[in-house]
Amino acid sequence: MTDDTTAVLADGIRKTYGRTTALDGFDLAVPAGTVYGVLGPNGAGKTTAVRILTTLLRFDAGRATVAGYDVAAAPDRVRQAISLTGQYAAVDEVLSGRQNLVLFGRLRRLSARRARRRAEELLDRFGLTEAADRSAGGYSGGMRRRLDLAASLVVPPRVLFLDEPTTGLDPRSRNGLWTAVRELVADGTTVLLTTQYLQEADHLADRVCVIDAGRVVAEGTPERLKARIGADRLELVVRDAADLPAAAAVVERATAATATVDPGLRRVDAPVADRIAVLTAVLRALDETGIAVEDVLVRRPTLDEAFLRLTGGHTGAQRVGVAS
Amino acid sequence: MRTLTDGWLMAGRNMRHVVRAPEEIILYFSLPIMFVLVFGYVFGSGMTVPGDGSYREFLLPGVFVMTMLYGLGATASAVAVDAGRGVVDRFRSLPMARSALLSGRAAADLVRACLEMTTLVVCGLLVGWQWRAGTGAALAAVALILLLRVAMTWVGILFGLLVPNPDTVAVVVFPLAFPLTALSNVFVAPELMPDWLGAIAAWNPLSATVAAARDLFGNPGLGGDSWPARHALELAVVWPLALIAVAAPAAVRRYRRLGR
Repeated sequence: MTDDTTAVLADGIRKTYGRTTALDGFDLAVPAGTVYGVLGPNGAGKTTAVRILTTLLRFDAGRATVAGYDVAAAPDRVRQAISLTGQYAAVDEVLSGRQNLVLFGRLRRLSARRARRRAEELLDRFGLTEAADRSAGGYSGGMRRRLDLAASLVVPPRVLFLDEPTTGLDPRSRNGLWTAVRELVADGTTVLLTTQYLQEADHLADRVCVIDAGRVVAEGTPERLKARIGADRLELVVRDAADLPAAAAVVERATAATATVDPGLRRVDAPVADRIAVLTAVLRALDETGIAVEDVLVRRPTLDEAFLRLTGGHTGAQRVGVAS
Repeated sequence: MRTLTDGWLMAGRNMRHVVRAPEEIILYFSLPIMFVLVFGYVFGSGMTVPGDGSYREFLLPGVFVMTMLYGLGATASAVAVDAGRGVVDRFRSLPMARSALLSGRAAADLVRACLEMTTLVVCGLLVGWQWRAGTGAALAAVALILLLRVAMTWVGILFGLLVPNPDTVAVVVFPLAFPLTALSNVFVAPELMPDWLGAIAAWNPLSATVAAARDLFGNPGLGGDSWPARHALELAVVWPLALIAVAAPAAVRRYRRLGR
């Protein structure tokens, strides 16, 4: 579609390298003006997808449009509408921060004077003014990533691709980058980011998809994804590890599900359907058997669990269907 | 238009690299200067030049050409470094001319080669070399040497795109380049070599440029009755053009295929 409401669209993208299939019918629809998170473990195809959508990589089958332009037919139009901040800082390591920004401004057809002025603004905004004349190769990881992002914003893009933007960043730099992304979206930019960190997707993204082995295995809001994984979990920590088998038996009887036992943490945990009934039953049974309990709680599943469930090497039957 | 301006911007980037990391260029100049000193003074006393003439005058055009050949290594490693870094992804995701990265490299290396030539000529004058056939002919000789450098640039670009990483460049270029200079007329006139070796040296593309430059500079050491020696000037034009015709399209194709 070339309408204004879908900023990025991928329809059945396939990409193979020799006999390895990197993307196997990849679908994606990113509404304009939103942050979209693509989640997946290493090797799931996240970077391949980004490289295809940013015209760096050709694909074998399917269709993709970015900002309304066909990626295969009008790559130059796409390039005018996007910016890419890759997994490894894509700046010139020999040039200084300022020289980098001026160069990218000039390559984006700014006049020499406007490119210089824009570089100053961005250096200031990303806290790089002091380091402006040092070689980017000598920057810390966080500074380099900030310079990289600044280079992507020399001319504000309609769609910004961030490929694992915070991998390897300390928490402070990561928070700074998150703030910058939110500001961009407030200004109307669409952001597609890939990440291995669920917390990041949970924090930033309006919608997420989970990809595994080159296919989307789940899609929706982070909340909905968590809900889809379903069950709350009961966690029970016993005082004495010797009581674990008995405690597990109690939990399994009450929940009618298989419990996981972690001897190190002296913990039993199992999915529950009816929180209150299960909790009551478990507590009563524990009381009767005289097992000493340190802690017991019922909690919502974390996105991490959702992620592991979705990508944990399960096949076909356990895949969650693609929702629209 | 965009091809030109983008190529120029990229050339500017590459020249800034030299300014920001001058130690590389100093290292790079030290080799030919060392060759002038070692071959000119240490071995030079035992070397003979066919006919009559100063060995150092014979040697200098060879060193000019040798420096151009070694420039291939600098080009190749710069390209390999670029290709291995994320920055190429950014260039390729920008709405800029596809050819700019390569043409910018070629343009910057030509500027750099002009600097090298100037340095070498000054060095040569200091050790007693001079041109004796007029300034026009001397400039023509320099032009031929730079033409060879352009050919070496494209070979270097292709090479830099083919090797898997920048470290490989240094390992491969020297063992390839050194025999090329040794088996040429750079240090020794081919007619003083055993016949079969002399034939190889005479046909070496470097020898054509060196012989033509010696002729145009009016330096000693012309010689030999072999066909390539008699047609050095023509070969000094044809060889580099042929190399460019092969290497440049291959490099562009290879660069495009980075996106597969």
